[in-house]
Amino acid sequence: MYDQFKIRAEGVSAEVHRFPAQAEALEFLVEFLQSEGLADRAQHSAVFAACPFLSRIDRQPLDALEGLHFEVTRERAAEARFGISQMDWALADTGTLVQDATAIDKRLVSTLPTIHIALVATSAMRPDMPACLTGIDPKGIGYLAMITGPSRTADIERVLTIGVHGPERLIIIFFDELGGTN
Amino acid sequence: MEQQFKQSIDKALHNANLTGALGKFSEAYKINRAKAYEGIDFEELRGKIAALKSYAASHLEQLSDQFQQNAEARGAKVFRTNDPAKVREYILKVAQDNGVKSVVKSKSMATEEIHLNPYLEKAGIEVNETDLGEWIIQLAGQTPSHMVMPAIHMTKEEVSELFSKEINERLSSDIPRLVKVARNELRPKFLKADMGISGGNMAVAETGSIVLVTNEGNARLVTSLPKIHIALVGIEKLVEKFADIAPILKALPRSATAQLLTSYVSIITGQVPNSDGSIKDLHIILMDNHRSEMAADPMFKEAMQCIRCASCLNVCPIFRLVGGHVFGKVYTGGIGTILTAWYDELKSSEDIQGLCIQCGACKDVCPAKIDIPGMIMELRRRLVKDQGVPLLQKSIYSVVNNRRLFHGILRAASIAGKPFATGKFIRHLPLFLADLTDGRSLPAIAAKPFRDVFKTIEQPKNLQETAIFYGGCLIDFAYPEMGEALVKVLNKAGIAVKFPEGQTCCGAPARYNGAYEVAAQNAADNITALLADAADYVVSACPTCTVALNHEFITTFESLGQSERLPQARELAAKTMDFSTLVKRLVDEGRLSLKEGQQLGKITYHDSCHLKRTLHADQQPRQLLQQAGYELTEMFECDTCCGMGGSYSLKLPEISAPILQRKLKNIKDTGAPLVAMDCPGCVMQIRGGMDQDGAAIRVRHTAELIADQLDD
Repeated sequence: MYDQFKIRAEGVSAEVHRFPAQAEALEFLVEFLQSEGLADRAQHSAVFAACPFLSRIDRQPLDALEGLHFEVTRERAAEARFGISQMDWALADTGTLVQDATAIDKRLVSTLPTIHIALVATSAMRPDMPACLTGIDPKGIGYLAMITGPSRTADIERVLTIGVHGPERLIIIFFDELGGTN
Repeated sequence: MEQQFKQSIDKALHNANLTGALGKFSEAYKINRAKAYEGIDFEELRGKIAALKSYAASHLEQLSDQFQQNAEARGAKVFRTNDPAKVREYILKVAQDNGVKSVVKSKSMATEEIHLNPYLEKAGIEVNETDLGEWIIQLAGQTPSHMVMPAIHMTKEEVSELFSKEINERLSSDIPRLVKVARNELRPKFLKADMGISGGNMAVAETGSIVLVTNEGNARLVTSLPKIHIALVGIEKLVEKFADIAPILKALPRSATAQLLTSYVSIITGQVPNSDGSIKDLHIILMDNHRSEMAADPMFKEAMQCIRCASCLNVCPIFRLVGGHVFGKVYTGGIGTILTAWYDELKSSEDIQGLCIQCGACKDVCPAKIDIPGMIMELRRRLVKDQGVPLLQKSIYSVVNNRRLFHGILRAASIAGKPFATGKFIRHLPLFLADLTDGRSLPAIAAKPFRDVFKTIEQPKNLQETAIFYGGCLIDFAYPEMGEALVKVLNKAGIAVKFPEGQTCCGAPARYNGAYEVAAQNAADNITALLADAADYVVSACPTCTVALNHEFITTFESLGQSERLPQARELAAKTMDFSTLVKRLVDEGRLSLKEGQQLGKITYHDSCHLKRTLHADQQPRQLLQQAGYELTEMFECDTCCGMGGSYSLKLPEISAPILQRKLKNIKDTGAPLVAMDCPGCVMQIRGGMDQDGAAIRVRHTAELIADQLDD
């Protein structure tokens, strides 16, 4: 299923990576932020929405980064270059990420910044939407968000253009094991 | 037709940007759509969608109640009304009660339907459309020309002009740069807005959820940033179950934009937190505006199944020429014609229903299984019932129904037109008829109609079976040789052919113009004539006539409530077959053999609308021609209408002509010196077009080609 997901997601311009464990995913995330110019000023900063991934890792490498904020406000999200959040499910047949986005910070970090980095457990992969939705109780989820690739439009002369109101890039990071390497 | 309407068509046809953009899009769409549906059983999927939407349309009141209860249990306020004015008032009141100064909107056809923006603006509220296409037309002061791609009629140069004015900076027409400008301009509007207004692609009764489908991400911002969210949803968007979402989401993006899924889908169930810690003020308006009346009408209930994908626009050979604006201000294309007739009034569809050529391409691709052309026919019938048939048309029908007189007049006209007729064609007609030969020569009228030719044909004696031949007007008066070919082929297979003199026009011209009473009389006369003698088959070499005998006599009687005529109509329908289907069967049964080992060279085949989409006989003629020794080369868009459409080409020659030009080009591009088809109407259109074009390509009916290849 992962291979199918990767093909589908890359087909709609998402960037897909996979790591055996959370620690390696974290290492990639830190390197990515640094190489893309993370800094503590507008258009360079990052916002990270609270999620199980964060509570299970050793946050020391993240805390050391200048410009990465864990308290997500509307203002911080609006000026951030990076928004980071964990997604709850992935759909193999369309390359889609699914998230209970009832908490506003989860929506802010995936709508306002230029780059959205999505962390997903490989075990959260489902074959398709019906398989995923059957397992969901919608009454407990105020805002269910599905994301398939970055924001796009073809409203001018039918020419596909990436990044209108939402993120221009969607970086998807899968991790196979929930535990760290230690 | 209204002069103003004809002028709007003319304007659209002469807008090269429009026809260029739409033409390119429609060509790419068909290919991309097919790719998006690869590996999916489309018939099964659309059966599922039609069933769940049809259920919802039959239980509107119950589902609305259930939706309201469930949404309100999660903190939403649900407002239900039949009246667009009440919707506008409600929204304005919520805005004024909360001191709203500015609103951001994501795309909503329902708000277009009730002309919400000017109403709010008049009350001093700033309204910003945020879907890129909607924002463009808002800046341009226009209305959407397409349900999914509102600004498809505009070029990047026009957009850069608009944006340059808006931001007071000279912009180039670089599209990524223009998109960036939209992002930068709209972002502060999102952040300062006090209220977000969205539509809804679905409203789920069992959970009270609203489903929003977008690509740009604007709906996520509209529903997340402002503290107030109002969703305006037409009640046709109701579905019963949460599980109903998945099948619709499987079809909607594939049919709308050939995507597997849009970038974003949001399912909102009740109130959610705002960024300042407060909770969202969520209002959901369920709007009726004649929808429940539509659902209560057995002929139109099916239109409630529409999921607004606009694929009926994308495959329409007319829409790609004229675009959306000729259809009016809100809903466009095939389904738009039907929605306009209901949400506005029947009279509003008077002109636009005439744009439909009845080719059936939309019905084939509709993911909700809606018989759009069938409903447009019903609109015609009701319009004629309300307003009567124009006098000129009436007198035409009375002539058409008198076979001797009809042929006499045509023949006289053809002789009177001698200076204009060359060989087999009438190339120019004088004065008001000149449009009819613009781009297409008409066939000269045969000296002897088929009914007279038939009497001179000597058929072998003691043949084992009998077929009744239904000729139809064109074969009878213009192409008797097609009838002769048919007799020759059937005789060879041991079938004697009878041609009852009492047969008359199949009624299609009357029916397609909404004159069902005339069509019913044609049907009754033909049934009497064709059932008088015992026969094994009734066969026709005209698909439109075959469809009349096979389907439409029955539906015409049903529409008029003439149930006493139905048993005989069904008896006739059961016996009726088109030429190629019958002959293919005879060949397969070994009753007819074609010459062996012939190498007849390249041929291409044009699918006639009724043959392919109603009779589903697209393979039989191809196989016959290949068995005869032709090498088949498919043309691009082989099953796209040739623009004939019976009297359509007389009423809207300016639309018919460019459709024909496209068909001629596709035929020529194959390099084949010969094109076959099964419909004398298509032969008339395409042969006439080739004559004026000057291309050395022969245009023949399959019957003629097969008759030449019978094994002796």
